[in-house]
Amino acid sequence: MSLPTVAAGFATRPHTGVRLRPTARVAAFAVAIAATLSGCATVSPTPAAVDDDPDPMALRAARIDPFEPFNRRMHAFNEQADMLVLRPVAVGYSRYVPELLRFLAGNFVSHLYDPYIGLNNLLQGKPGAAASDAARFVLNTTIGFLGVSDPATEMGFPKHNEDFGQTLGVWGFGPGPYVVLPLLGPSNLRDGFGRAAEAYSGLVVGSDNDRFMATTKALDLVQTRAALLPADRLLRDALDRYLLIRDSYLQRRRSLVHDGDPPPEE
Amino acid sequence: MKSRRYLMPLFSFALAALFALPSSAQAPVAPDEKIRQLSGQILELIRRDAALQAGDMRRVAGFVEQVVMPHVNFERMTATAVGRGWRQASPDQQQQLMAEFRLLLIRTYSGALSAVNDLQVRMRPMRGNPGDDEVVVRTEIVPGRGEPVQVDYRMERAGNDWRIVDVNVMGIWLVETYRSQFAQEVSARGIDGLIRSLSERNRQAAQPTRG
Repeated sequence: MSLPTVAAGFATRPHTGVRLRPTARVAAFAVAIAATLSGCATVSPTPAAVDDDPDPMALRAARIDPFEPFNRRMHAFNEQADMLVLRPVAVGYSRYVPELLRFLAGNFVSHLYDPYIGLNNLLQGKPGAAASDAARFVLNTTIGFLGVSDPATEMGFPKHNEDFGQTLGVWGFGPGPYVVLPLLGPSNLRDGFGRAAEAYSGLVVGSDNDRFMATTKALDLVQTRAALLPADRLLRDALDRYLLIRDSYLQRRRSLVHDGDPPPEE
Repeated sequence: MKSRRYLMPLFSFALAALFALPSSAQAPVAPDEKIRQLSGQILELIRRDAALQAGDMRRVAGFVEQVVMPHVNFERMTATAVGRGWRQASPDQQQQLMAEFRLLLIRTYSGALSAVNDLQVRMRPMRGNPGDDEVVVRTEIVPGRGEPVQVDYRMERAGNDWRIVDVNVMGIWLVETYRSQFAQEVSARGIDGLIRSLSERNRQAAQPTRG
């Protein structure tokens, strides 16, 4: 991708000189992303020439992770932040908050994402799944007591896993290079755009109340980290945690884009 | 989100599944049927065995050795994980790599066998044709509470039977997660360097730690 493309993409808004309505801003942003990512998607894969000399794994690493030195520094920083702040908080949370309460809080946070998940299903051309998400949201808001309980799953409206990064993937954008974001962790160019668009549009939890949103985000973060505590053991045994996380993340995201059924790798 | 809570138990379960296939089947068997029967039997075996559930390393290792290995092409798993370094390795080095890799897997995943109690297995449509020599059997593990988690098995034909060559949990192939790490070690320190790193890691954590 070329830098001018990115610059042009980001310049769209300030230069119009008018305040765009939120939907228009999202649309403009989506266009900017599309323009930018289409540049990335054309990054040619390494030639499949099976020469004896070049190490295929090294070639692959150069292709999927060209910013490895930067990413490794960011990874080290994130590990420090996790060790000093997030992990202790998550440990305290799972130790002192009763399991039932954690379960209900988890449902509550998860519920707030359902409209957004439905919207992404719609954008991905899956109206059936989108309708199911809408039904799910209504049911859990009402008879699920604002989402703390999840009767919808029992009634045949299962939880889906969608976000804007996946939608971009469905639209044909490649993942682009792997990027470790400060504090947010593993990502790639496409998912980074997805997250930025989410944050920008404020769609995810769908509230204008900043304090509510911040609380929800914090709760979500702590919940997610607490759920991952048992996986610390997996990381401890890794030869290289950075590589384990990178390769797991990229595989997982590729699978999610294809709803768990990715085509065989080329 | 919620399903992440089950990540470790499921990895453990998948590995147990990988390691716990009964060795009785001789008649031609369909790969998905094999997985279906075995998943149930494995869960049963673990549920009945307190030492396994407690993650007793010697017990788990014995279990793996006797019940499981006949149904896994572990040589191919290790070869794939090591990558092109495998061909340069001597037969002796290959044996060491297999032993250390097996121990690494057992150590990493034996800790959470206690969590299998309320898990159930649901089959998903298989990808591949009856004539294929390699298929992916797809399943879903349904926890007592929470969302189902995808667990798939890549299997290769072995005469009348099928052997597992990789396991996928939530979209992540087990062997794939080791390839970059192993390749890096081999290119920096050679095959012996990789063997040493693995065995150091295995000895290091020989004392039981609860993760």
